[in-house]
Amino acid sequence: MTGQNARKASAAIVGPGNIGTDLMFKLMRRSDIVEPRFMVGVDPTSDGLARAKRLGLETTADGVDWLLAQDELPDIVFEATSAKAHEANAPRYAEAGILAIDLTPAAVGPYLCPPVNLSFNLDATNVNMITCGGQATVPMVHAVSSVVPVTYAEIVASVSSRSAGPGTRANIDEFTETTASAVEAVGGAEHGKAIIILNPVEPPLMMRNTVFCAIPPDAAEPGELKDRLLESIYAMERTVQEYVPGYHLRTDPQFDPARETWRGQARVFIPIEVKGRGDYLPDYAGNLDIITAAAARVGDLMVAHRFGVETTWKSSADLGDLADSLTGVRAKAGI
Amino acid sequence: MGDMKIRPEDVPVVGRDVSEAEVLANLSSAGGERDLRITDSTLRDGSHAMSHQFTEEQVRGVVSALDRAGVQVIEVSHGDGLGGSSFNYGFSRVDELDLIAAAVDEATHAKIAILMLPGLATVKHLKRAQAVGASVARIATHCTEADVSVQHFGEARDLGMETVGFLMLAHRASPQVLAENARIMVDAGAQCVYVVDSAGALVLSDAQERILAVIDEVGRDGAQVGFHGHQNLSMGIANSVLAYQAGAKQIDGALCALGAGAGNSPTEVLAATFARLGIRTGIDLGEVLSAAEEVVRPFIPRLPWMDRSSITQGYAGVYSSFLLHAERAGERYGVPAHEILQRVGEYGYVGGQEDMIIDIALQLAEERSLGDVAAAGVR
Repeated sequence: MTGQNARKASAAIVGPGNIGTDLMFKLMRRSDIVEPRFMVGVDPTSDGLARAKRLGLETTADGVDWLLAQDELPDIVFEATSAKAHEANAPRYAEAGILAIDLTPAAVGPYLCPPVNLSFNLDATNVNMITCGGQATVPMVHAVSSVVPVTYAEIVASVSSRSAGPGTRANIDEFTETTASAVEAVGGAEHGKAIIILNPVEPPLMMRNTVFCAIPPDAAEPGELKDRLLESIYAMERTVQEYVPGYHLRTDPQFDPARETWRGQARVFIPIEVKGRGDYLPDYAGNLDIITAAAARVGDLMVAHRFGVETTWKSSADLGDLADSLTGVRAKAGI
Repeated sequence: MGDMKIRPEDVPVVGRDVSEAEVLANLSSAGGERDLRITDSTLRDGSHAMSHQFTEEQVRGVVSALDRAGVQVIEVSHGDGLGGSSFNYGFSRVDELDLIAAAVDEATHAKIAILMLPGLATVKHLKRAQAVGASVARIATHCTEADVSVQHFGEARDLGMETVGFLMLAHRASPQVLAENARIMVDAGAQCVYVVDSAGALVLSDAQERILAVIDEVGRDGAQVGFHGHQNLSMGIANSVLAYQAGAKQIDGALCALGAGAGNSPTEVLAATFARLGIRTGIDLGEVLSAAEEVVRPFIPRLPWMDRSSITQGYAGVYSSFLLHAERAGERYGVPAHEILQRVGEYGYVGGQEDMIIDIALQLAEERSLGDVAAAGVR
């Protein structure tokens, strides 16, 4: 028993792929109260399972059935499988009283985007992390819609092919639908649209996201309204950087004046680049980083809320940009 | 010269005026013999060149003329496929579902096809298009990413649609990798897989060896192979002929080349060329020539052409639909469109990444202003 917290929450990660593995590293590194204990897969030859085992987690290739048959169940489960799998598993976690953080686009629980709506959902038993594209773009849609009405918002997420695993590929419809729906429900746009592009170029491209918002014509003209809009966008950039240091605007937002073909609305274009933290995949995989960082942070905060203790989350600033406390751990895991 | 009339003695297959009844009797639906099937994409790829402003009247006119000419498949969608109407790709003037429904209404023999890109369109879009009468689903991915289309092929087959896979920017993959991706599509339910030269960058043997590799991989399953060409390096027709000679059974064209970049292989030139070669397409040459000349040509604001920008696209391997976006961004930020396109090629952006064009235009503008500062001797 170390530190001021009497108790640690044990966590299971279901789905030992790119996302599950990256999440494991994030939790080890950034949270003192959420401790990865189980890594659950279905393929005995999975690299992710082998890696988790080397790091001392209890691993299985027998799926969620094995996990739920354990004498000691986890307090919290992070699901990084597929939308279909989570739809099937969610009621079982609920029945077992396990808090579920869903990293698939299943959207069983409410959408959660930490800088926008975490505080409203601290008591939920199942929360959905939207998608990587959603975590990167919904904050910016919100930043715009909190200043001016947004009748329509569109996001384009470009990710490197290497960082899109089989789950993302099999779930591409759910990705676009879930993201579009979160652009509306959490971002605050009246209508949302989402597009994902996989690019195989080598060396891999950094994750890029573009947010387009239809805004009232006067918001695109120089003046107080436009200034407030810009201020809100830059403030959101800083907020997201607290947990994803590589999140930044690639250039200043671009404003285009109203057009008839845009139903008389003007447009703001916000280009975002997400450089990954490199916890598991190299830094081009910002798409993994942003959703696992959000999920790990949400897990830490929700556990702290449940246990009535302070969050132990270590922000990027706390850790220092160059600090890499996992170097030894990663070497042990063979990365 | 100058007299562009067709000389009947030069045309081995369709050299005289044929009656409508004869054309109809020659359709495959009527049991007529064909050596290959031409799909016309004027109303889909041409949507790029029209900045997605097709009207219902134009669609009805084109479908009616193509149908009369004996073209068997007519593709109708936003240029970027179903759901493409957006800030990133341009908003459609008329809802594509209305245009598809009008096309279905107008066609008497031709099947109406749609294009969809997983990641942009979903199965929901596909179902809506099928509900208004589209019967061929053409499902497109970047040439190395076929596995994102698996669910869509399954759904399209379940809906009873004919399925065609579209491996875009095919110059970016080796014949072997292309064949592997074709395999994924066929296993998922594609009945035909196209080698899609989205950048118009394949030069002759580049196209043919890809067609051969794909046929070698999927031909034994009874799947057909197709070719979709662009004119950026003026290779559309020649590549199509080589594709046919390598065993392709489906070839895309567009009337007056109306398509992205320097346009597609013109349907009317494909019809004439294949006729010269004695290869049966089931298309009435006179009718398809008048469809191009009298129906399409009058409404085209700017004929697709091989100019500095579109040739750069072919040379640098850039997705053809980036052309007008690059021109607009070039104008907005005061940089040449062909320089934007050149850099798109260097960075390896793929179909759908139109948003990156603004990014590149901004970079180029910044570099220019720094250059100006340096030229002025400021340190």
